[in-house]
Amino acid sequence: MRKQNRINMALSYLILTIASIIIVYPLLWVVGTSLNPGKSITSDIFPSNPTLIHYFDLFDATQTDYGMWYLNTIKIAVITMVVSVALITLTGYIFSRYRFVGRKNSLILFLVLQMVPQFVAIIAIYVLLNMLQLFDTHLALILLYAGGAIPMNTYLAKGYFDTIPKELDEAARMDGAGHLRIFWQIILPLAKPMVAVIALFNFMAPFNDFILASLVLRSPEKQTLAVGLYNMVSEQFDNNFTLFAAGAVLSAVPIVLLFFAFQRFFVSGLTAGGTKG
Amino acid sequence: MAAIATPQPTKTPKPKTNHRTIAAAISIVPGMGQLYNKQFLKGATFFIVVLSYFLVNFELFFKGAGNGPGDRGAIWGLITLGEVAGVRGDHSIFLMVEGIIALILLVFGIAIYVWNFIDAYRIGKLRDLELEVPSLKMQLRNFRDNGFPYAMLIPSLVLLVFTVVLPLIFTFLIAFTNYKFNNSPPAKLVDWIGIQNFLNIFTVDIFRDTFVSVLGWTLVWTVASTTGVIAIGIGLAVLLNQKGLKGKRFFRSILILSWAVPAFITILIFRSMFNETFGVFNTTLLPAIGLDSGVEWMTDPTYTRLALIGIQWWLGFPYIMTLTTGILQSIPEDLYEAATIDGATSGEKFRLITLPMILFATAPILITQYTFNFNNFNIIYLFNNGGPAVPGQSAGGTDILISWIYKLSLGSNPQYGFAAAITLVLSFFIMTIAVIQFKRSKSFKDEDMI
Repeated sequence: MRKQNRINMALSYLILTIASIIIVYPLLWVVGTSLNPGKSITSDIFPSNPTLIHYFDLFDATQTDYGMWYLNTIKIAVITMVVSVALITLTGYIFSRYRFVGRKNSLILFLVLQMVPQFVAIIAIYVLLNMLQLFDTHLALILLYAGGAIPMNTYLAKGYFDTIPKELDEAARMDGAGHLRIFWQIILPLAKPMVAVIALFNFMAPFNDFILASLVLRSPEKQTLAVGLYNMVSEQFDNNFTLFAAGAVLSAVPIVLLFFAFQRFFVSGLTAGGTKG
Repeated sequence: MAAIATPQPTKTPKPKTNHRTIAAAISIVPGMGQLYNKQFLKGATFFIVVLSYFLVNFELFFKGAGNGPGDRGAIWGLITLGEVAGVRGDHSIFLMVEGIIALILLVFGIAIYVWNFIDAYRIGKLRDLELEVPSLKMQLRNFRDNGFPYAMLIPSLVLLVFTVVLPLIFTFLIAFTNYKFNNSPPAKLVDWIGIQNFLNIFTVDIFRDTFVSVLGWTLVWTVASTTGVIAIGIGLAVLLNQKGLKGKRFFRSILILSWAVPAFITILIFRSMFNETFGVFNTTLLPAIGLDSGVEWMTDPTYTRLALIGIQWWLGFPYIMTLTTGILQSIPEDLYEAATIDGATSGEKFRLITLPMILFATAPILITQYTFNFNNFNIIYLFNNGGPAVPGQSAGGTDILISWIYKLSLGSNPQYGFAAAITLVLSFFIMTIAVIQFKRSKSFKDEDMI
């Protein structure tokens, strides 16, 4: 029995180590490449004479618009996050706490809409933006992200709010608190993990989205990181690979840091809202 | 509202007056019923709101917004899609959008109008029963309390209608037209063609062949990638959760990295690693273990497919692993102790206790994983643009439905109507999965819906 156990453990360590190597290798490879002096793709993970030159080149406007893309993405991400969190928490609160005519139908509508991804309607979005003359604007992209996030995230928020006892609201109401004050001073502070998750999701969405950004934004100086980096790697693959690698590392680092900082909330919020709602 | 509207004939004597019918009847002119009920301010409000709503939208409904010389209003536009072709003629697609917006506005208008009748009837009824009619102050307060949820939902709903619902309705309508790049306004008129686009999926050779192979690969892709992700995620979580294993935090932090790094970046990194001439797979990794170095990752569909499935496994498992870890920690220890006393082996414990517990608790999330990969545009498009190209087809060898739709809509020679028809087919698949999920989902049944 003991021997069996030891073999089991040894096997577990072996599998976990192999898995870790598989996960880390591509990431190390791209970091190593970004530090490589040359311009072309290599398999050299630990370059003998590392340099940060490509990181500086990224912000040299004669070589690439990377700095622009970065600013655009951060701007879009922050505004999307603020708008979405405001709309979603309020909507989730209303669905969790109020009973009104049309509530059930709205919830069913949300369930159906969260199943069908927004971008299946690309043709329609294309024509509508043309009509409204919102083509090639960041505003259009922000509205699309914020609107598309509503159905699914409202369910997460509602599910979490449902777990907060209603007695708390009633006690506050006795003390004369109004509708919005209960939301602001009782529900929101108790739902911090969920708010963090929704904020993070909506902040990360513009970093990850390719399809809508490539549809809406046309001018090179308005692009986001996803579209810019894609064009970089698909148009001038081997000429400038190290530059792309540096750009990829620099785009990933803030997201990875945010991810680990919020991970605690993330997991608890996700499981609570996810299995309930 | 229902409680007040239901008469209780046994208890109340038949009212002598009939204010309710009169009030409702003269509400044909909005606000008159309220006036009759001596609620002047409310009556005036109703009158002004409905009248201004009508005046504002009259032009849109019956005269049009000027999308062409013969524009005779949104309703006409939606039915005919324009009658005069040419650059200075009717713009069919704008007319269609105008029509949809007009219909949505019409629904709202009718709702306000109907409310005007209901309100007059209700107050009239209170008068008939000689009950107290709520004072203006009370009504305002009631209005504030009952109206609060609606008022707060308006911003979200308006945004949702314009960014999600309207585009979906529009796509639905386009599926029944002959709208395509070669037949698009302003030069040409678009016409309703019934279900011709849907028939084309099955009758036009190139479309049928493409549809069949794309759909087949979409299903294989969905099942293979998702099932692998789930198996790897659960497997690693169980390994990591063993008692006595050292370095749990270390391994977990490393493994979760593939979730933390934005997916589009990883996909682009893999795209470079799988490059046939320069990528590390062919130049370094495969030769290192003594394999052929000339694998056609990007030009042979079979290899591209294998690479895609492998990449999705790499990308997707940490999410499942994290969820499973949470559940594993909540399984009571006594279950395992009892099983040990009964002489169960560790394999049996996993099969009979751990796995059922995990699958039961995560079932709804696992199903959304399948729908996620069914629509996983990013990985397919960013890795190899859905390619390699396949002769005799209008889609690449690794295109799934959603990336094919993207190409049909935005590629060379776009076929909007046909793409919209495929979109409806795709939505049908997702809806089917969704219905299955909701029927099984306990939380939806438990929901205290009114």
